[in-house]
Amino acid sequence: MSMHRSHILICSGSNCSHRQSRAVRSRLRQAITETGLEREFKVIETGCFGLCQQGPIMVIYPEGVHYCRVQADDIDEIVQTHLQKGRVVTRLLFKSGTEQSVELPKTAFYQKQKRVVLRNVGLIDPENIEESLARDGYQGLAKVLDTLSPEAVIAEVTNSGLQGRGGAGFPAGRKWEFTRKAPGDQKYVVCNADEGEPGTSKDRLILEGDPHTIIEGMAIAGYAVGATKGFIYIRGEYQLSLQRFRQAVAQAKEYGLLGQDILGSGFHFDIEVRSGAGAYVCGEETALLNSLEGKRGEPRYKPPFPANFGLWGKPTLINNVETLANIGPILIHGADWYRSIGSPECPGTKVFTLSGNIANRGLIEVPMGITLREIVEDIGGGIPNGRHFKMAQTGGTSGGCLAVQHLDLPVDIPHLAEVGSSLGSGALLVVDDSHCMVDLARVFLKFFAHESCGQCTPCREGTTLLKRLVDKIASGSGTAADIKAMRRLSTTMQMTSLCGLGQTVPTPVLTMLAYFNDEFMEHLDGGACATGVCRAAVKGVV
Amino acid sequence: MGQSMKSMQELEAIRERARKAMQVRQNQEGGPVISVAMGTCGIAKGARDVMMALVDEAAKRGLDSVVVTQSGCAGYCEHEPMIKVQLPHQDAVYYGSLDERKARDVVARHLVQGEIANDYVLQLPGGEPLA
Repeated sequence: MSMHRSHILICSGSNCSHRQSRAVRSRLRQAITETGLEREFKVIETGCFGLCQQGPIMVIYPEGVHYCRVQADDIDEIVQTHLQKGRVVTRLLFKSGTEQSVELPKTAFYQKQKRVVLRNVGLIDPENIEESLARDGYQGLAKVLDTLSPEAVIAEVTNSGLQGRGGAGFPAGRKWEFTRKAPGDQKYVVCNADEGEPGTSKDRLILEGDPHTIIEGMAIAGYAVGATKGFIYIRGEYQLSLQRFRQAVAQAKEYGLLGQDILGSGFHFDIEVRSGAGAYVCGEETALLNSLEGKRGEPRYKPPFPANFGLWGKPTLINNVETLANIGPILIHGADWYRSIGSPECPGTKVFTLSGNIANRGLIEVPMGITLREIVEDIGGGIPNGRHFKMAQTGGTSGGCLAVQHLDLPVDIPHLAEVGSSLGSGALLVVDDSHCMVDLARVFLKFFAHESCGQCTPCREGTTLLKRLVDKIASGSGTAADIKAMRRLSTTMQMTSLCGLGQTVPTPVLTMLAYFNDEFMEHLDGGACATGVCRAAVKGVV
Repeated sequence: MGQSMKSMQELEAIRERARKAMQVRQNQEGGPVISVAMGTCGIAKGARDVMMALVDEAAKRGLDSVVVTQSGCAGYCEHEPMIKVQLPHQDAVYYGSLDERKARDVVARHLVQGEIANDYVLQLPGGEPLA
């Protein structure tokens, strides 16, 4: 067994890489070698700790001391004071307002979180399968292969109430059942890891921090629906996710957890890793299937749904990364356990990427039904710089824009639907009162006009027309007729667009018009932008 | 290292092995703790070797739940290297003037057999044991 007295965990997630975490890691290894402490301290590169705002984060066990914003220049002091003498380097501890803590899990940021999907992220070395095994990795798969029929697995997932975490929120168990019942000699499991929503990086950080949980989820899904082959389609920009996942697949094969006759059960399953090439629309499941087949990434008509006519026309189950990360724990602990988390109509947890004008930006996992206020104020630490909360957009750029009256709304699929929003891809953008909603709408629509694939008319023309209308309003020359045209166009796009992209572009537009109507009205007929952001409007330039 | 598993039993065996290797990262509040005084005085008198001997001996004896940690100088520099052994629900015991052999002996007698190794217990000038 390991002889190391102490383990030093250091974040190697993408978010911390932006803060020179690589230099910190190499300096730490160098300093430990120089001081002859390598027999005593083991350095482990983990996934994201969640509190990216405070990154790079370093944790030293067995003491469990967390250091924040560690830079390469801090390493000598950490080595001389903590590693050699056992004294805490107080100046690097977590501080936020009046709060100071030696252990991050005891801070408000973590106290209201519930970690199911992220249970191993930031705790294990994602490049070592044994650390996953130590934390019950593949136990769900082992239990399934040993004791459950495919039908019983599907019943368990159905009873858990798990809904798809990719955006649409379709009941996972039913999707599995459709795929199982679809006739076909060959079936496939596809993991959608083409996370393209602006402001979202949860799937990336799950893949980087705990790739084995996704392999396990896919293998269980394969057993349940009758597939022997899985594909994962990872966004092309996610180089670390791709590298770690490929490595994890190789290790799983080496350990006999993928491949032929897994654990002596007679079940075969293999996974192929594919990389996307940078198109937002390929996150749409049928466009993704076309891209996997080597075709242009354009969405297909539905029906037929992928459960019946998917990859190469075969029955195919497509699940999001986060959905699959829930499968292992559900099979280990059971549907009743899963239902005990979250709200009755929407069990489980939700992972969010918290961004925007908020003190604690990062990666969080909360029980469904938590209020928006708890996320913003308690976990997020509120709005910094003396500004005030103005808007929270749930679900990414194609999600709804909620206002201050929604702060006490429970965050789950049905409650967000009531106010015209969704959980979407798990982005949560918080905006303070220095921003103008008309200006934000311009930013969003510019993105959609660029990313619309152009296949269907409502989306291709609608996104560009909406952008022109908002540009006009921002310039101060808009009229009430333009607002009316935006509403009509939005409704048309919702009803007639071919895929989810065109159907959800109107979500931010319509919720902004509903909850920030006054602000749009102010800009009309030569009016001014109160925040001064739309300068053209202020100057009256058309 | 890597081995292709063909049964649930093999998976269980690897899981157990992996768990032990990660034990130091689990929350072990309430478990046995040995803290080694690691002030300049302790380091100069060989506290680091004592600590490594403690870790090695605990590992050899399969004492996975023992946490070995460091503390500052307790003020009895002439008795370094010294350690504090804290077992759950018991008074802490301080040992002084240790070396690698004595450290291994403390693990064997105090942690395995549950008997205080009286001959190494830190004696203060008045002859009283430090408590």
